[in-house]
Amino acid sequence: MKAAIYHYAKPATGENAIDLVAASEGMAKFVSGSQSLGPMMNLRLAQPEMLVDLRGIAALRECRNEGDTTLLGACVTHAEIEDRKIDDGTQGLMPYVARGIAYRAVRNRGTLGGSLAHADPAADWINTMLALDATFLVAGAHGERTIAAHDWMTGAFTTALEADEILLGVRLRRLSSGARWSYYKFNRKPGEFAEAIAIFIDDAQTGVCRAVIGAIDGPPHLIANARALIDYSDTARLDSHLNAAGLEPGSYEHQVHRVALERAAAMIRENRKQP
Amino acid sequence: MTGIVTQQIELRINGETVSASLEPRTSLADFLREQQMLCGTNIGCEQGVCGACTLLVDGAPIRSCITSALSCAHAAVQSIEGFDDDIVMNQLRAAFTAEHALQCGYCTPGMLVTARDIVMRLPDADDERVRHELSGNLCRCTGYVGIVRAVRRVLDARRANQGAPLDEATTA
Repeated sequence: MKAAIYHYAKPATGENAIDLVAASEGMAKFVSGSQSLGPMMNLRLAQPEMLVDLRGIAALRECRNEGDTTLLGACVTHAEIEDRKIDDGTQGLMPYVARGIAYRAVRNRGTLGGSLAHADPAADWINTMLALDATFLVAGAHGERTIAAHDWMTGAFTTALEADEILLGVRLRRLSSGARWSYYKFNRKPGEFAEAIAIFIDDAQTGVCRAVIGAIDGPPHLIANARALIDYSDTARLDSHLNAAGLEPGSYEHQVHRVALERAAAMIRENRKQP
Repeated sequence: MTGIVTQQIELRINGETVSASLEPRTSLADFLREQQMLCGTNIGCEQGVCGACTLLVDGAPIRSCITSALSCAHAAVQSIEGFDDDIVMNQLRAAFTAEHALQCGYCTPGMLVTARDIVMRLPDADDERVRHELSGNLCRCTGYVGIVRAVRRVLDARRANQGAPLDEATTA
């Protein structure tokens, strides 16, 4: 199918973009790579009257190593992260995750910020950013604000972002060189959205040991202290976290998430033994 | 929304600068097929899944069915019609013929563009990686075996040549 009729604008500044959407009375949408919105518009699940393309705003492509933190602009593409064209402060986690997103032709166009603002529960970045405890940088008509990772996603396809606010980027605390991570995504075909995601990050130097159960109905489930789960991932312990994530015992979803969590825990445990 | 509004666009298509007027909702694939009469780009699913419409924008493969033409203003678009002088593409075309890597041909333009990206970007790819990278392009005829072999053939030929420039005589 073809998209419904809409207007298109590509402003050069964030202020102009915000003004355009604010003036539209809720009928305009921001867009960057259009790799999620494009299909939805072709299927007429989304019929905005105007698209405001954010890719002309140079500030949204800014990425830099800030010492203890990394700034990633919202319009950086998955392929740029995959190819390490921007500084990776995550000891290879983000390039690894990027390579598993959809297909190369989608990764060349789709952006980090677009994926985070879309907030599909089964997408990769929305879960990874919670594991990395990212800070979301947001701008609107009333100025800029920050949103913590656990407050970003409020439900499936729903975020704390107001309709006339744009995501400028995310700020991540850099993982130390000794940090370990594991990322396990279950899907039936490469490039599909995940049926289950499990992520572990263990950074002894900064005292961070977190895990995330992702690709569930709502926002991802955080395990703030995953030490015991890494060391002893017995059935009872796995199940208690899966139940806390809202997965129904005995269901297919519970089973695939358990396999993902178990395998991700095993991967990080085995990594630790390696030199 | 009332009335159809058109906007002007200028971009490069297969090396030539093109100016046109189009509806913002026009996908790059529809723009090429219906306004530029470049029908080599095939449209399959129109939701970014099948890969038939894959072509190059500024040298990188993209899905032209879910990318609006307007969002490609000032970019360099290379569709399947624009590879006649491309050494890698000519190697791939010969290899696709030799390995029976197509039957009905509907997926072939997108397959060739993706295959070219694999050869250029991942010269050391093994068969598993080739299959993984091809997973975004669906073919309902070949079972993929011939396609993987064709990509393999070009990768091997280029590897054997170790960076020396290849010409038509050394291709598959």
